[in-house]
Amino acid sequence: MEELDVEPAITNIPAASDGKHLGFAWGPGDILAYETLYMAPGSGCSFIHEVRKDEDIYSPILRKLFNESHHIFVGLQTIREDLPSKNKKTQFVSISKNYRSVIRACMEELQQVAVSTKVAEVATQYGNQVSILLAIELIWNLCEVLFIDAAPAGPLLLHLLDWVRLHKGDVDEKAREVLQSESPAEHHDYWDVVVSYVLQGRFEEARQMLVKQATLQPAARNMYKLMDTLLSKMPFYNPGGTQTLTEFDVKWRHWHEEVDRCLQDNSFASNQHLEIICKILVGDEDTLLEHKELLSTWYHFLVTRLLFCHPTVKPTELHYYAQSCMTMFLDLRSVPEPLDSILLAAFEFDIHQVIKDCSIALNNWWFVAHLTDLLDHCKLLQSHNLHFGSNLREFLLLEYASGLFTHHSLWQLAVDYFDNCPEFGHVYLELQIERVPLDTERKALKVLRICEQRQMSEQVRSICKIMAMRALRNNRLGSALSWSIRAKDAAFATLISERFLQDYCARGTFSDLDLIDNLGPAMLLSDRLTFLVKYREFHKLYEENRFSEAAKLLLSLITAKIAPRSFWMTLLTDALPLLEQKEVIFSADQTHELMFCLEELTSSLNTTAPGTDRTMQVRISSCTQTCNRLQIKILRCKSAITIAMRKGKNAPGF
Amino acid sequence: MESVNAKYVSQKISKTRWRPVSHSSLQQPDIFATGSWDNEDNKISFWSIGNHGSSGMDEGFEGDPQLLCEHKHDGDVLDLQFLDQDRIVTTSSTGAVTIFRHHQNSQTISVSQRWPRVHRYPCDNAPCTGVVCSSPEIVTVGEDGKIIVFRADQEGVIRVIENADSSTIHAVTYLRTTEILTVNSIGQLKLWDLRQQSNSPSQILSLSGDRLPLHCVDRHPNQQHIVATGGQDGMLCVWDVRQGSTPFSLMEAHSAEMWEVHFHPTNPDHLFTCSEDGSLLHWETSTHSDMPSFLQGGRNNSMISRSAMAPAGGNQSLISTWLSGDSSKGRLETTHMLPSQTLSVNSLDVLGQCLVCGTDGEAIFVNRQVPV
Repeated sequence: MEELDVEPAITNIPAASDGKHLGFAWGPGDILAYETLYMAPGSGCSFIHEVRKDEDIYSPILRKLFNESHHIFVGLQTIREDLPSKNKKTQFVSISKNYRSVIRACMEELQQVAVSTKVAEVATQYGNQVSILLAIELIWNLCEVLFIDAAPAGPLLLHLLDWVRLHKGDVDEKAREVLQSESPAEHHDYWDVVVSYVLQGRFEEARQMLVKQATLQPAARNMYKLMDTLLSKMPFYNPGGTQTLTEFDVKWRHWHEEVDRCLQDNSFASNQHLEIICKILVGDEDTLLEHKELLSTWYHFLVTRLLFCHPTVKPTELHYYAQSCMTMFLDLRSVPEPLDSILLAAFEFDIHQVIKDCSIALNNWWFVAHLTDLLDHCKLLQSHNLHFGSNLREFLLLEYASGLFTHHSLWQLAVDYFDNCPEFGHVYLELQIERVPLDTERKALKVLRICEQRQMSEQVRSICKIMAMRALRNNRLGSALSWSIRAKDAAFATLISERFLQDYCARGTFSDLDLIDNLGPAMLLSDRLTFLVKYREFHKLYEENRFSEAAKLLLSLITAKIAPRSFWMTLLTDALPLLEQKEVIFSADQTHELMFCLEELTSSLNTTAPGTDRTMQVRISSCTQTCNRLQIKILRCKSAITIAMRKGKNAPGF
Repeated sequence: MESVNAKYVSQKISKTRWRPVSHSSLQQPDIFATGSWDNEDNKISFWSIGNHGSSGMDEGFEGDPQLLCEHKHDGDVLDLQFLDQDRIVTTSSTGAVTIFRHHQNSQTISVSQRWPRVHRYPCDNAPCTGVVCSSPEIVTVGEDGKIIVFRADQEGVIRVIENADSSTIHAVTYLRTTEILTVNSIGQLKLWDLRQQSNSPSQILSLSGDRLPLHCVDRHPNQQHIVATGGQDGMLCVWDVRQGSTPFSLMEAHSAEMWEVHFHPTNPDHLFTCSEDGSLLHWETSTHSDMPSFLQGGRNNSMISRSAMAPAGGNQSLISTWLSGDSSKGRLETTHMLPSQTLSVNSLDVLGQCLVCGTDGEAIFVNRQVPV
């Protein structure tokens, strides 16, 4: 047994407290809990509680996330294996960005709703979802920089700066406020904004802000000019340029020494704000830590520190700085939150820890499933094997897709996820698809299409059978027959054909002729169905007065033995009017055969006669009468043929 | 492709329909209705795509469709048809037929008439699969194989044709004012003359052999004998109901069920189809390969304008391109109208230059610059 990573969460079932006993059953996604009775009967409650593990799939806004990301996911699976790895990388990065933009769009919408709603509870709920999505996007973005894009020293810092800027947007808001005030330079947030810009390495904006202050203090003009020069001269690595990393490093060191000199000779001593900025530029840790409020997070602190102290940090060195920044930034007393440890794990390039911690911290599988899938495509997860299931990617995708399948509407999305789980996806789909309720034929056709495309013949048969049974229950024989033909279900087709024949015997007319007359080769599905179609054909011929063809068909139906025994009498009775026609229709051979069948039938009647109940006896006696009539007719017919032969005329059949 | 934009709506869309525009004005449509399916609570919704003013050629991409109002709908919305500018008829998987009124001043929806459980089996509801209306007459069909005729201004049912079909009727359309056409799940087209009291069709046309279900049908807007259908195998069939009982031509279109087919209402050389395979196709027949239509009169100098709203008398001489059309000769061009899609496109509607479609991926696509 492995140790538990976290204490399991406790869910209280209402109305089931106070020492009552609970039973439960696992569902595909949810758990059903019910009160079990040990006391006197009648005292218990009759409720079943549905305990949902994943509330998020019921959020109408998050549904957009699921649908849009499904589209991206399917696109990702079609990226060809044989592409050169460089092209692949750009594709993977752009896919990662697509995922993130979907998260952002979703977040914005949630934010809007949270603000506009008047119900406090809803506002909190949406607010919580926004903060979860924010965290998700933050983690995803960092993973994109570190793992997917895998930027080397130099560009790495630029990406990390972008990452911090994107997730620390409140600076821009504050700046807007300051700039819109009457005299920005005297606004109480003015210096906060300038320092924040500097901390994020946004020197252009910082300089523009400083100009406003400089014009107010003509005496300190030179000092501001010096600061402006320092800021403008700070070198940034240009990944597209020809400059090597060493050249950049030398340049940066020069600049750093220059800033240090300014600090040493007290160039900014008379202006406390500029002095602080200068100290930040030189990377003074104490000064940085004094601005915790503006940095707000340890990872902002980390990136700022790297910017001013180690701009050529290598990916492999990151974990060292990350760890120290986190300890420096967080108070000794405060415990790191899940988000902190996840980010730290990312900086340590421990992908599995990231995924594991996310799985524990987040209440849905969407994020881990999609991120893991993407990382797996980047070939970053090969080394790790699970001691259950197939691999991490497939395990998480299966969990996510199974969750979707429990949703009354989102189940359709899950199919593509199952398709892309090579080991167990098919089995999962087989088990889940049979549980989709089929309310309409259109829905049944959609489910059927899913099964047929994947050669799931067992499920195809079962769906068709369900639909056929339903049609049969509603007395829609035609529909039922169509469904069983689609399923190639011979047994059921036989059953329905029997029903058709019974209906015919009861009413004397056929129903659903539009179907029966147009079955074509499908009638060969079962003997009984073939008989039904042929028997109907006989009636058609008879109605069209094509007697000899009708007689031939009828006789072949009798002799081919595909007619149910119970139907023989009817068939022979049908021969009566043909025998009664003025002209002779049956040939000598045909009359022989007819006679033979009749004898067989009579003998079987006689053997079953004794000991049966009254109604049966009545039926048998009426049958016997018919047989006698038939016998007479056949004999008459026979003699007619014989006379005709003697006269040398062409009788039928000669 | 740029002029197509997707809007995710958190419900699978089963039907989309433009609100009709008045014939006198050459306006483009600006409001459409959608119906959802497979949700716990289904809805019909009205959307606006904003006012066009001019043709909007320069802007191309305008804002998303905006939700105007929505109303709960019992059961899946299986079909939608506008009765007039304000009223829309829906059919439900519960067998109900409902007329909703859209109040445009207050942007609200109310139920103005409802026939619950009109399509039913002896002891269960039967989904009502299709509706067609020509105000005030409404004709519905269902899985119970019934054809039911209503009038919007009368409470009762006008007429029921029991056992009109032994299998499910999937769609219905008007052929002429008194004749309707139904398609069923065993590949048959049936013509019904509503003036006749008999309960059997006046004509049956069928696909030969395999009895593949037909899912949709549309009639050529000018030449009433030309009919297009689509079915389970995704083939597009064009029929001439005057001649023969088998389709005039069969064209490979989609790789799964074709859910809807529509001729362009004013430019019927264009046709649109959508399918379970997630694609939306635009079909165009050019009258004759590369000759402009006005040169085709030849020595016979009777000029026929193909864009005329209705053919003048003697339209028999006018052979439709759909009947002379032969895809192998390249007279028929098809283009995909959606970027790669995986989930079914359940419905489409086209009016003027605007096309709207809805998918199982819970997205609505609007294209305002359909090249017709």
